[in-house]
Amino acid sequence: MRRTITAVAAVLTLGGSAFAQTTLNGAGATFPYPIYSKWFDQYHALHPDIQINYQSLGSGAGIQQLLAGTVDFGASDMPMRDEQLKQAKVPILHFPTVVGAVVPACNVAGISQPLKFTPAVLAGIFLGSIARWNDPAIAQANPGVKLPAADIVVVHRSDGSGTTFVWTDYLSKVSPEWKTKVGSNTSVRWPVGLGGKGNEGVAALVKQTPNAIGYVELIYAIQTRLPYGLVQNRAGAFIKADLASVTQAAAAVADMPADFRVSITDAAGKDAYPICSFTYLLVPARWPDAIKGRIITDFLRWMVTDGQKSAEPLSYAPLPKAVVQKELEAIKQIGIGASR
Amino acid sequence: MSARRLRRRVTNVVMLGLTGVATVLSVSILFFLLGFLIYKGGSSLNFAFFTELPKPVGEAGGGMANAIAGSAKLLLLAALTGLPVGFLAGLYLSEFASKPMASAVRYAADLLNGVPSIVIGIFVYTLVVLRMGHFSALAGGLALGVMMIPIMTRSTEEFLRAVPGSLRDASLALGASRVTTIARVVVPAASRGILTAAMLGLARVAGETAPLLFTALGNRFWSPGVAQPTASLPVMIFTYATGPYDEWHRQAWAAGLVLLAFVLVANAGARLLLGRRVRLPG
Amino acid sequence: MAPRFKKRRGVLVSDRSAGVVAFAFGACVLALTGLLAYQLWANSAASRTKFGWAFLLTGSWDPVAGDFGAAPFIYGTLVTSAIALLVAVPLGIGVSIFLAELAPPALSDGAGLLLELLAAVPSVVYGLVGVSVLVPLMRTWIEPGLRMLAPGVPLFRGPDLGVGFLTAGLVLAVMVIPFIVSMGREVLLAVPREQREAALALGSTRWESVWRVVVPYARPGLYGAIFLALGRALGETMAVTMVIGNRPEIAASLFAPGYSMAAVIANEFTEATGDLYLSALVEIGLVLFVLTMIINAAARLLIVATSRKASAA
Repeated sequence: MRRTITAVAAVLTLGGSAFAQTTLNGAGATFPYPIYSKWFDQYHALHPDIQINYQSLGSGAGIQQLLAGTVDFGASDMPMRDEQLKQAKVPILHFPTVVGAVVPACNVAGISQPLKFTPAVLAGIFLGSIARWNDPAIAQANPGVKLPAADIVVVHRSDGSGTTFVWTDYLSKVSPEWKTKVGSNTSVRWPVGLGGKGNEGVAALVKQTPNAIGYVELIYAIQTRLPYGLVQNRAGAFIKADLASVTQAAAAVADMPADFRVSITDAAGKDAYPICSFTYLLVPARWPDAIKGRIITDFLRWMVTDGQKSAEPLSYAPLPKAVVQKELEAIKQIGIGASR
Repeated sequence: MSARRLRRRVTNVVMLGLTGVATVLSVSILFFLLGFLIYKGGSSLNFAFFTELPKPVGEAGGGMANAIAGSAKLLLLAALTGLPVGFLAGLYLSEFASKPMASAVRYAADLLNGVPSIVIGIFVYTLVVLRMGHFSALAGGLALGVMMIPIMTRSTEEFLRAVPGSLRDASLALGASRVTTIARVVVPAASRGILTAAMLGLARVAGETAPLLFTALGNRFWSPGVAQPTASLPVMIFTYATGPYDEWHRQAWAAGLVLLAFVLVANAGARLLLGRRVRLPG
Repeated sequence: MAPRFKKRRGVLVSDRSAGVVAFAFGACVLALTGLLAYQLWANSAASRTKFGWAFLLTGSWDPVAGDFGAAPFIYGTLVTSAIALLVAVPLGIGVSIFLAELAPPALSDGAGLLLELLAAVPSVVYGLVGVSVLVPLMRTWIEPGLRMLAPGVPLFRGPDLGVGFLTAGLVLAVMVIPFIVSMGREVLLAVPREQREAALALGSTRWESVWRVVVPYARPGLYGAIFLALGRALGETMAVTMVIGNRPEIAASLFAPGYSMAAVIANEFTEATGDLYLSALVEIGLVLFVLTMIINAAARLLIVATSRKASAA
């Protein structure tokens, strides 16, 4: 009996370490999880007594937990709305970290080269008004390509996500019909299509279903070698999403608001990819715990400068220089310690 | 041989044969799953997997040592909360309860069993995490424990009931009190079944992800004690399997294998410890 | 009198206190379920007041417009759970019979242990294997095959997508088999040997002794196992959402994509913002809870009715 109790106690106290650790906990968006975990691991290597633990629950859950006070910071693919900011006990600051893009991945029988999509075509496909691959609108954008006379199988996200928000935000901007019929949110009422769970669910369905089209984050398309199409931007050029065109879209923001809450879909700029978005770290503006406050400000400063170097190898687009400068200024707004 | 006799004989062979077919089918599904896991994740199983913390993307190696320890902690907490409550509730149902009370508790246990795991997670989140102000292994263990209760309750009741009345009567006739009869005669006679139920319950919660997301959260690092967010194998599997990197996918499958091996070892170990139980006479 | 044998009103004190303790734990289970139901009720208030009973009948799920209805999810949960039980119960009982009656003890224990492992496989793994193995199989072979065998049947209409009600039902069936087999085997083993021997002595075949004597004797336990399986099927989220197609629509065809209550909660809860949205999701949880209540109660009544008939016969 005594042996069992000792064993139980031993297991329950597992995981202790020799250092005196300070731990910060954060939760939020899944899209940037790979780069965040890399950053926090790198930061831990630089400062072994600091552990920043980030878990991907989803942007909405991240905001919920931040407002409830169960985590020290949050992360979200979309900026918080005004009603949400009002609910916070302490003002919340947004810090863009990297830029992401959403691409149309397709699997059309007999077609090997990437297809070109105009905004009207994309809206039509996802609204269901364009139902077959050999529709004249698609053929017009892709002259010389032999499109099959097959039904389009639309795949969207079943789970709420920032990716859906970016995609529907773009469609709302370029198609008035989409805006009135469907609108934009992390989860919408899709007129047609199957739902795949997560980026990898959509990717898996698109890969194995003939004549399917779905939207995924650029990083997934690159890493899983999923063929994706080009999208026509506001300037009229058909752009294939890659890190350069994505950073261009971020740099083309005319009026970056002071709190960084902006939508960069349908960006101007001749080489900008039109379906992009910042992803944000949501940080309280006041930290009564001085140690934690110093850690987070130091981390943010490191993140916008040295940290950005790790973004490209992981297929994330780094922040444009102008945004970095603005952020370094904004970091100074964080109040540390018991001062008001 | 009369036609009827022949029909009965044929039915006998056919039906018994079908049960054999069903068994082969079911077991082969399991072997297929195991084979799939090994094929997809076997290459990621090495010593580092069991001893190292997860490495950031792009760096080779790394492991899930903290997730393995975390899962062990969570399952232990689940067992400490769920097993006693379930067992004693089942005991109550079989030995002490009046008809209406028994119906009510049985019904409640079945209802609890049908609640989606994410709802249980949210339930414990509201009761424990919000009160504590942070995520913790304790909350995670509680959520898993709550999920184990219905299985334990219903099964304990069934197996205690299955003990023949003759055994109970004999014990009482020898002058033992009811408590002694239950503790020394009935429960040991049903122990094999009850242990099976406990193992089934543990197996069920060992693989649950959704309730942990809102209670134990997750952790890239070690988490001492029970009051901090902790990593666990199911959450790691979920995070890695739904990520974009092939290396992560392999590690997720490997973690699935480790989880199954863990459950198998716990199961076999518990049975061995309990010893070869005498099958009920008659 | 020695303390151990102290009696009060004819009952041993130790027995009475044991009874009280046991009652406390039984009440604990009741309280837990009650508390959960209360939470579901309280947190869905916003949605209940806005939609009322129409929530159960309307099919639109529009987070942007704030319009929510649970009908397609209820349909999906019912259909997938029904398929799961229709497949898993005969299979599971069959395996239990084989392991308990025919197999030598070593094989029985070994196979039982292995099948319990199926319960430990995380549902996300079931989902992933479902997507990569079962979905293509359904799309290329099984769905066209079923349609060829039974042409024109409305159950098998529609394009072959691979994902849908049938696929989800089959995945659920595999997930609940271990519960039926594990408990089923043990309750069958617990049937006293005299029962079997008596039947055989009266001239029954092996099968008849099993089917007409042993199984009926173990019936309460088997029903318990089926209830456990049903509970799991109703509440399963991850694996279902990966293979059901996630389309909130009611369709007659088994090949059509659908959605289930547990799946929509799991999919959207972490990203839902806004009180009405969250409250609508909690209300779906409440509806699922009530559905479980109804199904359990109905099944219980059915069991009581049939056993009364059987014992009267």
